[in-house]
Amino acid sequence: MGFIHPYERPNSYIGRTLPRSRAMRAVAGRGRYTDDITLPRTLHAAFVRSPYAHAKILNIETAAAKAADGVKLVMTGAELAEMCTGPWVGTLTVFDKMKAEPQYPMAVDRACWHGEAVVMVVAETRAQAEDAGELVTIDYEELPVVIRKEKAILPDSPVIHPNLGDNIAWEKTLGTGDVDKAFAEADHVLEETFEFGRHTAVSLEPRIVLADYDPGTEHLTIHTSSQCPHMIETVFARTLGVPEHKVRIIAPDVGGSFGLKIHTFGDEVAATAAAIKLARPVKFVADRLESFVSDIHARENRVHAKIGVMNDGTLVAAEIDDLSGVGAYSQFPRTSVFEANQILHITFGPYKHKNYRAKATVAYLNAVPTSQYRAVGHPIGITVAEHMMDWAADVTGLDPFDIRRKNVMEDDSYPQIIGSGLPMKDLSHQACLEKLFGLMNYEELRAEQAEFRKKGIYRGIGLASFIKGTAPSPVGFYGAGGARIAAQDATTVKLEPAGGVIVALGVTDQGQGVDTVMEQIAAAAIGCSMDMVRAISGDTDATPYGGGTYASRATAIGGEATYQAALDLRREILHMAGILLQTDAEELDIVDGNVVDFGSTEARIPLSEIGRIGHFQLGELPNDYQPILSHTRRYRLQDSPYIYTNGIHGAYVEVDVDTGWIKHLKHWVVEDCGRIINPQLADEQIRGGCVQGLGGALYEHCIYDDAGQLQNGTMADYVTPMAYEMPDIEVGHVETPTSESELGAKGAGESGTGAAPGVMMNAVNDAIKGLTSGRVTEQPIAPEVVLKALGKI
Amino acid sequence: MKAPKFSYTRATSVEHALELLDTHGDGGRILAGGQSLMPTLNMRLSQPDMLIDINGLDDLKGISLDGDTVCIGALTRHVEVMNSDIVAEHLPLIAEAMPYVAHVAIRNRGTIGGSVALADPAAEMPACILALGATLVVQGSAGKREIPVEEFFHGLFETARADNELLVEIRIPSQKGDKVSVFLELARRHGDFAIAGIAAYGSVSGDTVTDMRLVYFASEDKPTIGANASAALNGKNWSDETKEAVNTALESDLEPMANLHGSAAMKMHLQKVLTGRAMDTAVVRASGAGGAA
Amino acid sequence: MSEEMVTVNMTVNGENVTKTIPVRTHLVDFVRTELGFTGSHLGCEHGVCGACSVRVDGDVVRGCLMLAAQAEGSEVVTIEGISDSGEISDLQDKFVERNALQCGFCTPGMLMTAAELLAQKTEMSREDIREFMSGNYCRCTGYHAIVDAIESVNNSRLKG
Repeated sequence: MGFIHPYERPNSYIGRTLPRSRAMRAVAGRGRYTDDITLPRTLHAAFVRSPYAHAKILNIETAAAKAADGVKLVMTGAELAEMCTGPWVGTLTVFDKMKAEPQYPMAVDRACWHGEAVVMVVAETRAQAEDAGELVTIDYEELPVVIRKEKAILPDSPVIHPNLGDNIAWEKTLGTGDVDKAFAEADHVLEETFEFGRHTAVSLEPRIVLADYDPGTEHLTIHTSSQCPHMIETVFARTLGVPEHKVRIIAPDVGGSFGLKIHTFGDEVAATAAAIKLARPVKFVADRLESFVSDIHARENRVHAKIGVMNDGTLVAAEIDDLSGVGAYSQFPRTSVFEANQILHITFGPYKHKNYRAKATVAYLNAVPTSQYRAVGHPIGITVAEHMMDWAADVTGLDPFDIRRKNVMEDDSYPQIIGSGLPMKDLSHQACLEKLFGLMNYEELRAEQAEFRKKGIYRGIGLASFIKGTAPSPVGFYGAGGARIAAQDATTVKLEPAGGVIVALGVTDQGQGVDTVMEQIAAAAIGCSMDMVRAISGDTDATPYGGGTYASRATAIGGEATYQAALDLRREILHMAGILLQTDAEELDIVDGNVVDFGSTEARIPLSEIGRIGHFQLGELPNDYQPILSHTRRYRLQDSPYIYTNGIHGAYVEVDVDTGWIKHLKHWVVEDCGRIINPQLADEQIRGGCVQGLGGALYEHCIYDDAGQLQNGTMADYVTPMAYEMPDIEVGHVETPTSESELGAKGAGESGTGAAPGVMMNAVNDAIKGLTSGRVTEQPIAPEVVLKALGKI
Repeated sequence: MKAPKFSYTRATSVEHALELLDTHGDGGRILAGGQSLMPTLNMRLSQPDMLIDINGLDDLKGISLDGDTVCIGALTRHVEVMNSDIVAEHLPLIAEAMPYVAHVAIRNRGTIGGSVALADPAAEMPACILALGATLVVQGSAGKREIPVEEFFHGLFETARADNELLVEIRIPSQKGDKVSVFLELARRHGDFAIAGIAAYGSVSGDTVTDMRLVYFASEDKPTIGANASAALNGKNWSDETKEAVNTALESDLEPMANLHGSAAMKMHLQKVLTGRAMDTAVVRASGAGGAA
Repeated sequence: MSEEMVTVNMTVNGENVTKTIPVRTHLVDFVRTELGFTGSHLGCEHGVCGACSVRVDGDVVRGCLMLAAQAEGSEVVTIEGISDSGEISDLQDKFVERNALQCGFCTPGMLMTAAELLAQKTEMSREDIREFMSGNYCRCTGYHAIVDAIESVNNSRLKG
């Protein structure tokens, strides 16, 4: 008898839209987020944060705070440092010659950004902790502030960390081919500089920890809103000197994460230290104001780009020079240079040009540390490349679709190596292009655009092709780079006595539907109904060690681990059934939770019987067979640094050329995330990701003044996308399963975010084309940016 | 962040509220709808000793018609103004502006008196009542006084209301049937405070504009009558030439404040654009083609 | 200044409650910490995000912009109450079916706001829905699915 792949069976759960059980409780207000959990005798932490971007701490007076109502502990950064095993150093060995200043969880003798935690107050209530915080007096001596990346790298700039010699965290160049020769031979050479405003994740649920230490067992339990519980376990244990196996991290419902919650934050360590010191539970919720000055920021970049194009539209060479402004420290443990590294690698990634040169310079600033936020680096690289491609189309008289048709890698050309040196396989640029062309009804849309123009209404159509790195391997950065961050992931699939199946996941669910997707995979692989399967995630005591959910890896990596573990369990069930039924296991199959003869649906033995016998009636089995019924599989990428995905966005906008206001009319995405497990969930990842990208494209900007003060750290001033301004988003897919795994799933979580800013910029420029020689080259594309491009102000 | 400690009293009458204001001086703060005060408390930007909650003062609520004047109690919530038949019929300018005021949950709680008394320069209501020539009724322990709206707004969050007075009523002349009004604003997102805005009220007869009062908000430190712009407009036909003259005149009326959402130059530009659009609309409305709003 | 306490009495989700609390307690902290109704969330505490939306005397309001003391004598309904009453069970079902939520943190506020919109019982365009819902922030969904769900429920209810 043969083996039928679970995804090829009729009515397989793989490829089917099914509702999420977590959604059912969330709509009833029964979600369980960390702040909904209160342990007996819980105390609350609040922080006194630096009002200066850079200042020496001369003296801290805490007596009045200690005497205030309800206060149990006041701790300075220096006091906390004594409880730590040492400072964090945010470097990875793979980033050659990268420099980073050691960092303690709170400022010790110097505050290096506006908002850095300096003193912690722990009290009976949060309000009391804040009251007491107002009584802490800190004498500061202001130090020179480095806040503009362009100045930070100059030889005469003040240096934030004198031990590093200068403010440059890292420099890197890469490339292939003969770029200079290609430019010399090109019919057109185009150059432009782009500016990207720093932004931040603004997860609706802020960062939070609830730490509880039991001095008897020396167990530390931390409830926290995290994407990566095991990584948090490792970092917190090692930072506070608690044995790792005595730490339990529970991530209950997580109210949005987007990369923010893959990081470790000093204030969370401080609250945990307080719980250890006081032997009482301590809760810390970052309020929205402190979120803006302590959550990681991202994407402060200036990129100079240059391309060479032939008259027929062929891209023959590309060059970029990126300047990234990061924060005061390199964010531990992932570093703050990842974004620049991604930009170098993925820019012009869809195209088959072979002459490429890229340079990055990463500068420290007296600002909130930056790190990895949804689609790390991609929004920048894609915006730059796609702008240049549209410009090249304009110069060569090609339609934007046609210049992409001409230059994208052919669908039958894989594997191949792109200009940045990355290996590509299993991509589908051409198929995605053609599908989008149809989905947009492109030719009619162009005609409509022309009609509106005659009436003085300026509409624009944008396109943006992309590649997206998902599911990183352990050879690229983590593990190999020295960070204790797992790029492998693991799933345990267990058959319970009543025939139910528990799927314990190293990956986690922040609302994407990871639990449901894994239940679908396990049910499909085993051959039972979804009702019989329950996923467990977000608890390091109950799940195998894994990296968690980041970099669009949950389904691609965790999904394969689940698939293989479930297949192992299936094999064992069949083996055991074979013994019990005195039938060759090869002749058996599992359908709807029953072992059946292959090809039949008639139950011979249900999984509940297998479970009962396997746990209680072992005497029915031969002595030389001890059932396991609990199978763990790990999975990691082997040959590739990432599983690359691809796709293309389309956008249709209307620009009010008198005011600069942009109305986003419609957005389309066609992408290839490989085998789709749950189509609706995949679509919604794309849609949500798009709007997050559009936020950066149109609104979001952490604005610092020259003194390094964040100017807009409230939700009233930091402008995020809301329902009224956002468009309907049509999503299509091309499914090219990855050859890296049997399941064939790639990541989908960041493909919306990566290309949305680029397609928006292209659509706006298309709308104003011909009215001005200016082009929009800056994000966010505020009305003022449009008006300036139009020469109106 | 949690609010700092304060005391709290529910005023049982206007007199009681005034007594509390007198007692607490600078430390007393009136809590009306709270949609602006509560955020400042929750950010610890404001640390009053005593919050005087006037939400129980039913005398200050409601919309009525007194001859040719619409009387709106200061404690009338935005949602009531938005849904009022009296406002729809007699104050179409305000009816047109209401959907721009924040979002439903804010309108359900926020009050017109709170908005006017706070005098946020980017708020809609102050500009509307200035365009319509309202009268503000404030009450202190010595009694009531009436302040013409032209004298009410002094600057950024500053008004002619003394700290120990309560804004109790806004009296707005009914819009006249032979006049038109237009409200326009530009905000980054729907419901946000405006970056630029105009409230216009006057006559367009045939092609001739008369008595047009152009009020600008969001760009200035207070709602501001474009006196020179209005002068350049009134008595003229609305034409490209007039538009240019009005825009030129506007430069001497306004001194836009730069902020996070735009430079002074951009705001001046936007106010000119809005002026043109408002007058285009006014002409259409006056001709009857554009409806009564 | 010492902590001033106040005794408040109100109806929350149909039950009469009396509690003595610090006067500075806002309504959402009150229902969350004093009463255990944790379905209302705090996303910003300055009235922008809408996660704390609750119904007071029939109207949806920002729970963080109202002191609990101001709800004296009022009828307060949170997501738990509106769930138990069945008033929006069709909308909740549609949110799940359409996956109009991901992390779920904004969802109670979204539903409380949408309940008020749907109570208007009028024809509405997608743009109307987007406008009405524009005071509630969602970082996950991109709003499209939320609009779909509300639109679908409104159409069903109008067909009745």
